[in-house]
Amino acid sequence: MSILAQATTAAEAALTAADQKSISAAGYAGLAYGLATLGPGIGIGYLVGQSVQAMARQPEAAGMVRTTMFLGIAFTEALALIGFVVFILLKFV
Amino acid sequence: MGATMTSPTHVTGDAPEAMIARDMVKKAAIIGPILIISFGFIWGVHGALSTAYGLAIVLANFVLAAAMLTWAGRISPGFVMGAALFGYLIRLSLIFLAIWLVRTASWVELVPLGITIVVTHLGLLFWEMKRVSLSIAYPGLKPTPASKESTSK
Repeated sequence: MSILAQATTAAEAALTAADQKSISAAGYAGLAYGLATLGPGIGIGYLVGQSVQAMARQPEAAGMVRTTMFLGIAFTEALALIGFVVFILLKFV
Repeated sequence: MGATMTSPTHVTGDAPEAMIARDMVKKAAIIGPILIISFGFIWGVHGALSTAYGLAIVLANFVLAAAMLTWAGRISPGFVMGAALFGYLIRLSLIFLAIWLVRTASWVELVPLGITIVVTHLGLLFWEMKRVSLSIAYPGLKPTPASKESTSK
């Protein structure tokens, strides 16, 4: 146990402060991107579920429902894209 | 209670997603050069190339989404759900891959690339939404497809 602790301490000491900051920044950026995709995932699931229900209830309105559904999916996806772009900019710029 | 609701086995008629995606590509052909030139002035040639790349990513995303939903709609509405959700995952992964692969390339400027992706995606959507909401509110003003126009003449 003490050997493992000593090895961990030695490895931490080998990393510079900048390295540690970079590693933690990468971890948080990944976490932020993962969280940013959760909301749109739930949103798209709900949106498409309701649209399919609407198409089943009123098949003659399927064209209109699909049009608004497609736009809704794209708008919801924009949130994930914004999260992704922020992740990329934080990580690499 | 006694009434039964039968769900259609597949969605018939024209695929509206494909029409929307086609329309967005046409609109991007108008605003794309303006955006590329503007960002080229700010970030130079690399900025212009990155803007063009971002524009291509956004358009490919729209076209792929439309193709997947059209394909799934021909099979069954339930399949549309699967295609929308898994399509979302697949397309996000593809966008991630498309940027990850070129992130260290010499011609890539990440700031104009990121701005282009967000601005073009939202801009094209708002532009398209305006047209779609007009055609839903005033069906008489709905734009006629080119194929119908040519057959009626």
